[in-house]
Formats: sequence, C-alpha cells, structure tokens
Amino acid sequence: MAQIFHRSFNSISKASIPIVFLLVVVGAGASYALYKSAYATRATVPLNQPVPFSHRHHVNGLGIDCRYCHTTVETAAFADIPPVETCMTCHSQIWTDSPMLEPVRESFRTGRPLEWTRVHDLPDFVFFDHSIHVNKGVGCVTCHGQVDQMPLMWQEKTLYMEWCLECHRQPERFVRPRERVFDMEWRPAEDQLSLGRRLVKEYKINRMTDCSTCHR
Amino acid sequence: MSSDKKQLDLTAIRERLRTQTGRDYWRSLEELADNEEFRELMHREFPRQASEWDDQVGRRGFLKLMGASLALAGLGACTTQPLEKIIPYVRPPEPLVPGQPLFFATAMTLSGSAIGLLAESHMGRPTKIEGNPSHPASMGATDAYSQASVLSLYDPDRAQAVTERGRIRSWSAFQVALAAETDTLKTRRGQGLRILTEIVGSPTLRFQLQELMRMLPQAKWYEYEPVNWDNRQEGTRLAFGQPMNFYYRLDQAKVILSLGSDFLSSRPEGVRYAREFATRRRAQEDPSGMNRLYVAESTPSPTGSVADHKLPLKPSELEQFARALAARLAGGGSGSGDTEGKHGKWLDAVARDLEANRGQCLVVPGEFESSETQRAAHQINSALGNIGKTVEYSVATDAPSNQTAGLRELAGEISNGQVDSLIILGANPVYWAPADLKFGELIMKPRLRVHLSPYFDETSRLCHWHVPETHYLEQWSDALAFDGTASIVQPLIDPLYESRSAHEVISILQGRYRTGYDSVRDYWRRQRPADFERLWTTALNDGVIPGTGTAPPMSQMSGVAPRTERTSGQGQTDTQRDRGESAGGPERRPPGPLSATTSPAGSQQGQQVSAQQRQARPTPLVALQSQGNRKSDLEVGPTGVGPTGSTQERPAPAGSLELIFRPDPSVYDGRFANNGWLQELPKPLTKLTWDNAAFVSPRTAEKLGVVTEDVVELRYRGATVEAPVWVLPGHADDCATVHLGYGREFGGRLAVGAGFNAYRLRRSDAPWGGPGLEIRKTGERYRLATTQTHWSLESRNIVRTGTVEEYRKNPHFVHEKQHGIGPELSLYPEYDYEGNAWGMAIDLNACLGCNACVVACQAENNIPVVGKDQVTKQREMHWLRIDTYHEGNLDNPKTVHQPMLCQHCEKAPCEVVCPVAATVHSSEGLNDMIYNRCVGTRYCSNNCPYKVRRFNFLQYTDKETPVLQVMHNPDVTVRDRGVMEKCTYCVQRINSARIEAKKEDRPIRDGEVVTACQAACPTHAIVFGNINDPNSQVAKLKKLSLNYSVLDELNTQPRTTYLAALRNPNPELGTE
Repeated sequence: MAQIFHRSFNSISKASIPIVFLLVVVGAGASYALYKSAYATRATVPLNQPVPFSHRHHVNGLGIDCRYCHTTVETAAFADIPPVETCMTCHSQIWTDSPMLEPVRESFRTGRPLEWTRVHDLPDFVFFDHSIHVNKGVGCVTCHGQVDQMPLMWQEKTLYMEWCLECHRQPERFVRPRERVFDMEWRPAEDQLSLGRRLVKEYKINRMTDCSTCHR
Repeated sequence: MSSDKKQLDLTAIRERLRTQTGRDYWRSLEELADNEEFRELMHREFPRQASEWDDQVGRRGFLKLMGASLALAGLGACTTQPLEKIIPYVRPPEPLVPGQPLFFATAMTLSGSAIGLLAESHMGRPTKIEGNPSHPASMGATDAYSQASVLSLYDPDRAQAVTERGRIRSWSAFQVALAAETDTLKTRRGQGLRILTEIVGSPTLRFQLQELMRMLPQAKWYEYEPVNWDNRQEGTRLAFGQPMNFYYRLDQAKVILSLGSDFLSSRPEGVRYAREFATRRRAQEDPSGMNRLYVAESTPSPTGSVADHKLPLKPSELEQFARALAARLAGGGSGSGDTEGKHGKWLDAVARDLEANRGQCLVVPGEFESSETQRAAHQINSALGNIGKTVEYSVATDAPSNQTAGLRELAGEISNGQVDSLIILGANPVYWAPADLKFGELIMKPRLRVHLSPYFDETSRLCHWHVPETHYLEQWSDALAFDGTASIVQPLIDPLYESRSAHEVISILQGRYRTGYDSVRDYWRRQRPADFERLWTTALNDGVIPGTGTAPPMSQMSGVAPRTERTSGQGQTDTQRDRGESAGGPERRPPGPLSATTSPAGSQQGQQVSAQQRQARPTPLVALQSQGNRKSDLEVGPTGVGPTGSTQERPAPAGSLELIFRPDPSVYDGRFANNGWLQELPKPLTKLTWDNAAFVSPRTAEKLGVVTEDVVELRYRGATVEAPVWVLPGHADDCATVHLGYGREFGGRLAVGAGFNAYRLRRSDAPWGGPGLEIRKTGERYRLATTQTHWSLESRNIVRTGTVEEYRKNPHFVHEKQHGIGPELSLYPEYDYEGNAWGMAIDLNACLGCNACVVACQAENNIPVVGKDQVTKQREMHWLRIDTYHEGNLDNPKTVHQPMLCQHCEKAPCEVVCPVAATVHSSEGLNDMIYNRCVGTRYCSNNCPYKVRRFNFLQYTDKETPVLQVMHNPDVTVRDRGVMEKCTYCVQRINSARIEAKKEDRPIRDGEVVTACQAACPTHAIVFGNINDPNSQVAKLKKLSLNYSVLDELNTQPRTTYLAALRNPNPELGTE
C-alpha cells in the first residue's frame, strides 16, 4: 500500500508550527489593534448631525459657557441636550434665514424635535452621573477633550472601563479646582499630582472602584 | 411535582408531628412527608431538568440553532454599538430635569375605597408607585395591588380602540351615536335606560350619575361589584337600625378578635390597619404593651397567620360562635350550646380577655361573613364600650342599596324587556354576575349595549359598542378613602390608547361632552367655591383634599426604632419627616371624630359644605355613641329572623360541605387577571401562582380521599365546576374555599386559561357561599405551580419565635437556639468599613406576608415574569420571596412569615466561587452583582445557603413589545438571558442618595436610603440603613436581643438580620 502522505509533508508540517504560532500572535495583535481602534471605540470620529453645530464657533468664537446649553450638568446625571427653544433664543434674531439652520426653525415651527446623533454613548449597563463629577472637580475637557476646538462633535476618549478606572483609581492625576471645571484652556500652574492630592483631600474624593458605583 | 406523585400519607405526617418534641417548623406538606421526591428536590439547587433545553425544539434542531447562533454571535461581536439618537424637547416642560424622576400624588380605587399614592415619573412615564405619607389609607406604604398597577397601565393586551360590533370605529363616531341615543332618551325621560357601574368611589362620578338620574327620571343606575360590602352594611343595619360606615383604630386596641376578617391585608385601608396593628405589636421594649390577636376564621389568611390564637371554624360555626360570644358579652342573641361545648374553652378565654379590656378591645367581623356574624361583632363592640375608642362609626348618609339585590332587579328588568339600552361602565357582569342570574344570556336582550372597560372582555364581546377605559394613571378623577378623605386622581401620562374615563362617557349622556378634568374641577369648585384654586393646587400637591376625612393622623405610628431611645430626629421614619412631624415624644391624638359636633370640613375650613359633599363623606356620628352604649338600642329584632346572608336560615343538606367564596389575594375579583406580576405573585400561605384551587383542610381531604392537585368536581346547588384541590393546613374542616377571579375566557393573554371560574358556582342569594357543596373526585390530576417547596433552606432553626413570657424571663432566649458554634475564626479576610456599611433588619413580628414588598421589588428592579411552566421548574425570578413556616399540628398550625432576600454576607460564599469576579464585595459591604461580567456558571447560586440568587434561564424580559420598554426603571439594568441576578439592596437608590449627599458635602442621613421593599411595607417590618452609625434605626434594632442571623452557624455573617417573632398567647389557653 502506498504512503498516503508524500515525504514533503514532513517539511510542510514542521513549517506549519511557527506559522500557526505566528498567526496566533498576529491575530491577537490585530484584535487588540481593532479593539483600540477608532473604528471600535468611535473615538475621534466626527458624527453626522441634522445641523452641523460647531462647538468651536459657539464656545471658542462666541465664548458661550457650557452651562448655557447643558443646563443640568451640575445638578443631574444627564447634562442635557438643549431644546430647540435654547437655539432660538439667539437664532430668532441672528442668521434668521441661514439655510443651515432651517431644520432648527422648522422644528420650532412644527414642534417636531431635532434628532441628534448621540456622540458619547455608554453601554446600557453603565450608569454615569455628570453632576457628581463636575462637583468633585472633573473638568469637561478631561473626558470630552477640547470641545472648543471641535467644528463637529466627536468623542475624544475610548470610554472603555480601563479609561474610567484611570481616574477612579487615581483621581489626583486628573482633578482640578471646581471653579476651573468649565475652563477649556486650564493648565495646572503647579505639579498636577501635588495639586491633585490637595484637592482630593479638600473635596473628600474617594476612590470609587466598587462595581456597583457604575453597574447596577 | 410530577403527576404520578405518590399520594401523601397524611396519617403518617400527623403521627410524626405528634411524636415530635420541641418546636419545629415546616413549610409544606411535601416537606413533612419527607418522601424521596422531596429529598431529591432539596438536594438540587434547581429541580431536575431545570437546566435542560425544554422547548419544542428537539436535539437536532437545537444543535442547528446553536451552530448558527454561535457563528452569528461571533460575527455579531465584531460590529460596533449602533448609533443612538438623542431627542431633546422643542420647548421643555418647566419642572422636568432629564433623567431625574418626579413624583405626583394620585390615588387608586379598589371596590370603592381609595389608597393615596405617589407615582414616580421618569420623563413623563410612570414607572413605580409609592405610598403617599399624607393619605390616611396609605401612610406612605402600599399594598401589592397598587404596586402592580403600573404593569396594568402598560399591559399590551389592553383594549386599544373603540369598536362597534368588533369593527374599529373612531371615538367621535361613538360620541355621535351616543349623543343621538341621548336625544331620544330625553324625549322618553330616560325610559329603558339602565346604567350598571362598579362601586363608584368617585364623588364626581356619583354626582354626575345622580344628575343624570335627575335629568332622566325613568332611567336607573345600578352599582355592583362581585366583591361588595352588602353583608357589612346589612350587619350594621341589623345592629343599629340603619346602615353605618365604620373603621377601626387598631392602635388603640389591646385585645382584638377577628371573626373571619382579613382586615390586615384586604381592601386598601388594610395598609393603615396593618400599620396601626404593628405599633401595638412591637414588644422589644415594653412587652406588656403588646396586643393580642385572636382569629376565628374558615380560610387561613395573612391576618390569621399572625394571630396569637387561631380557631378554624366553618362559616356556620363561626356564626354560632359569634352569637354565643355576643350572648355572653352583650347579653343579646341566643348562644348555641353546641359551640359552647366544642369551643367552650376558647370562647371562655376570649370572652374573659375581651371583658377585661373594655374600651381597649375590638371585635372585627369578617367583611364576607354573614350579617348575623357582623351584627354580633357590633353588639360586642358596643357592649364593651369600644365605640369611639377602637372603632368609629358614622351614619352612612348615602348608603347604597344592597348591590346583589340591585343586580337581581336589573336582571329581572332585562328579562321583562324593560331595558332598551344598557350602558355598562367598568363592570364585567357577563363574567362576574352570580351564575343564577344568567347574565350571559340576558345581556343579549337590550337593543343597545355599550361597554366601557380596560380590556375587551367577556362582556365587551356581547356588547355593540366597546370603549376602552383609561387606567387611573391616565385619567382625571377623584376618590374617597375609608374615612371619607377625598383625593384627586391626576393623570401621569396621556392615554396610551383611544381610551376614555367613565366621567367622559357619562357627560355625553348628560348632553354635552366634557373632559374628566372639567367634570372633576367643576364638582369641587361647587363644593368649595371660595378658595377653590388654592384648594385645587393643595389637593394635587398633597394628594388629599384638605378638610375631608375623619381618621386621625397617626403621629406616633412608626414605632420602628425602640421607642424610648428616640429622642432626636434621627429616629424618625421618612413618613414622619415628610409630614414635618416631630417624633420627640408620643403626641396625643387630636379629639376623635365622635367628639366633634360638626363635620370637620365645616369646623376647620369655615366653608359651606353642600349636600352632595356631605353625602360623599361619612358624617361623624354624635348621637349614636351614647345610644351605642345602651344595649337595648342595639338589639334590633330577635335574632334568627331572616337576615339575608345568614347561614342559619337555609336548612343544610345533611353531611354536605360548606362552600366559601373569597376574592383572590392576587387577581382580586378578576380585574387583575392579566397582570403578570400579580399572577406570578406567590399567594400568601399557599405560594400558589397562576391558578386558583379549591382549598380544603387536611382532615376533609382525607375524608374525601383527595390530595393536592387532584381534580375534583365541585357541585353546588345545581352548578358544577371542576377544580384542582389544594390541601391547606389550618383551613376549617367540612368546607372548601374557592377564590374568585380566575377562569377568564376573554380579557388578555395571561387572564385566559388560568385557573377555574368560581363565579359559575355563585348564587345571588348566597354570594359568599353556604352549605350544600358536594365534592367528587374525578381521578384526573392538574399541575399547580407553587413556590412553597422552592428554595427551601431545610429545617435549621431558620425562623425563631417565642412568647412574650419567654422573652420577659429570658431576653436572650433567641440565641440559645443556636446550632453549633457561633461566629468564630475565618480564613477569609476581614474588611474595614470606613464610611457606610449597609444593613437591614427585618422584624418577623411585624411581617404579615402581605406580598407588597415582593411586587415593589419586582417593579423597582425590572424583574421579569416567567410564566406558569417556568415556575413549575423553579425558575421564578423574584429577588425577594416570603417564606412561610408552619409549626404545630396540621389542623391548626402556627405560622411565621420570613422575607428572604440576598443577605449580603460579610463572608459571602457566592463571591469566592465566581470564576469571573461577577459578584464581589463592595467597600460598603454590599455583595455586588455585575451582570455584564456574569457568564452564567451558576456556581454562586449553588454555593448560596440562602438560595436567593436567580438565574435567567431563558430570555424572560420582553424586549420586543414596545409598550413594555417604557415601563422599565431606567436606573436599573434590564437583564438578558444567561445572567445571574439577585437583590442589590436597591443600590440605585443608595447611589443616588450618595451623590446627593456628596454634592451637599454631608454624610447620608439615616432614613435617606429607603429600599423599595421597605418603602412598600405597611408595618415597617423592613428597616434599612447604615450599621456603622450607632444612632441609625437599623443599628439600634440589630442591638436588640431578639436580633439573630439566619444560618449563623455557617459564619457567613449576613448583613440582613431578623428579629425573632414574639407571640402573646393567653395564659388560659396556653400555647396550644
């Protein structure tokens, strides 16, 4: 009876060992890269919106405070997306016939709300509260990036749990004085760590790493 | 249990119980029988086959599906989260902060009696019900029905459109048709028009109907509900010569005798009664102040289960007993020698105890017992000087006539052809009218039939027009509580469907369509013209209309913490804090209503009260108090003369059984039959779900040769119904109880097919049953889904009880019952708790087993319903269950209820076995459960000695039906298949309290975190708080000598501890 496998199969099978190993490593690397990629996290990807609202123009150019629109950021879990009424406080007076703003005017006329695309979308099993973070000296920029430089809104960070935990484990690395929370340009005048340690003590910031802090 | 189960040998069980020494508890007859099957059930965490694939799909199909889903799931994981939309308001409503709940005061009515509620609204969606602390019937707590009412609102099976003969029509088409009808009716002065409503609890609707009757004098209006208060009214008429309203002041009563009444858990005011009862029940500090409860009843009830002495009596015996007692204490009536002989010792002891506590005792007649029994109770209360002290009477100025007689009259009119158009508002007579009236046939006679009801039910099917009725959370109305306190029912949401309220339908008949809002406002404006707008806003804000109602506020009601230690606001309950009352010392109650000479509305507000208003509210009764003390005034006619409903009147067929009808503890009269939360709620004592059964005593079962789940034929006065048997220890012999509300034919997917229809046996001349029942075994078996045998902790001294006497002699008696060694060394690390350490104390003395907490937990935590089939596999998902333990003989056991939930152990056995760290210890001592980490190994559940973990074997949560999505509590994750879950101590409430406290830079106050079960509990049996704070209520309770941990020999050191139940038996009767 003839051999089923030709002799050359010996070399092939030997070669296949490092190849399989290589494939596993490459596969793992690729998966990790994908996991970290903007495709998976959606970080730094500007999203289409019904109205191309520019934070750069409104915050940087006009100097409007975050809380003018995001009214409940200091008091509630949700920072609030402004109702069309808020847009119309100015836009009933200026740019009243800009075609770009037609959806806003139409919404105000008809009472049909605008449907914004959610930029920062945590999974449904995560419960985040803006008010406590703002009250404990976490700046807007810390999580949202320099919104005043964004012509269209994008997500700056990965929003992965490891990213949350960076601060929850070592809040002193990130906290800032409460009065600087809404300051887009703030940089620590001294060493962040020594300032942070002082603030952590002053604001009674705990390391909130219990699972039930965010998952419930 | 499988159908080929070996029959339980009751004789052997009896023998075993007799030879048993010491106190031992059992949960079910199966456990007592201790047969092979039960032992196997105990040894498994879940019953056999619980984890196997049990769908219709076979093995091959399963593999195919598995393969495909694995492949798809793998691919599916590569996609990113789908984009979501944020849709802000165009013009936001003013008080609304997105994501922050708002609470609105409203009220729910059941059989004409209201309970005031606060509905939690998330972005305009009502998601949870809490009690209204300022409402006299609620006092901040709720019952199971009001908790479950949210689900009824979002029920996808509700009728959604106006229909005419089954075809969808518009509301305006109906309006036009009814308006045309109204025009012709006007010319006939209403001749031929009959209106049938449920018990009308709304003063506005009552006024509207009275106006309509004035406008159409030939028309007639009947009020009927299957669970009505005819006997209660007849009893007062017999006793006092006129119908009276009354309510109890249980906080004033030291000795209470219930003659078949389940006053602690039935009807909305049961919530208040339970609270009042519990204040006198706590004996930790002062055992001598503890009340004593005697219960003589036919069907075991939650009230009976907390009694110090219980006597099972069938209804006719109960009546004899009541007469004998009345003869003894009030001198009237004729006692029956037989009862004296049989239960003579009991009667003697009770009579002496009542007499020794004149003015501080109370006899509570069963609402559904014969009017003779009720008369006897009133006589005794009057003779013992209890009127004005433990029971308050007022003349029922607006007394409705006998409802059953009314319905019979209506049936007669229909069959005589006198009824041309029949308008039915809310009621479902085809289903629930007594069978002898044959309403199903009669209803076809009137020319025009209009039906307003929430579901398209048995009656709707036979009517020309069907109009969907609004839920109480969707409509404007008003409602009266037991003492006449009026509340405005305000809507939390626009009607979900094309539905209308009774106010609106009646307004069309009145000639002009008006919204419920206008009708209610107009009515109250007419009552209080001077300060109406202020009154309206106050009423909407507080949930009660100021100046109505006669029940005194209960300022010293809470009694949660040891009373003597409560000196500062620390010990206040949230109820008190909300009411702005001081808990500094016991406040004297304001003068009772009987001492007020004018109506409270008049005296307090200085407002003119119109006739209608007075009708709507019971007027305090001044004259009768003095009369009541004179015995002669109370003896109206010789006893034994034909009151309807007296079981003595009809000659009982020899040797036959007595039949007892009761509203179901879950679905009531059938109106909640499509409510999954209530259907799956294990009923008190039996833990039966999804079904009703014929309850018989063990002795009667032996006599009949039947066991639980045997199907029998119930033959009662010509009608026959097949029903499964349930052998219920503690039930009276020679009678059978059937619960109403099951066996629906239409009215929702869950309602149809559950249980058997007991209304088929009901007769209009004996609505609550009577003698003449025959039970015949059919030989068939029917599977009942009960949770009684599930999650059994086996007999390990789990519940601990004692008597007041034992406690007085040895306050530490509880701990002498400990098994094995106490908390000793542990290999596991100790934790340090710097800030809060959450804990819970549950007072077994106060727990009635009423189930309000179970539904509250389900509503708060998005707990799914699994269905009957899954319950039989022990897969119910309730995080909080109430274990019922019995002690003593089969015929009259003593009962203790034990709410069992995650114990949040310090050394939690579940935490160490989880391979993925999905259940971990938090820095505040919570045993956190992280759903997104859980892979479903179920090791934790296997290792939990308390059996409080629940696993989503299948996709129980409905994620498809849109209307059910808006019902969920947005603060709690909705769990999917394959995830373990359990009680979290309402961590969402802890978190939100912590965030608020931190923002204000202060510690969390005691009483700031109230778990859902604690908030719902009528008796404050559950107390939650920070055990690191020695001044917290929970810490104080845990210091008491009655405090113990379940299974403490395992050294799990649970954070949930229990206070042993204390009984206060009469030394004359011993502990039986």
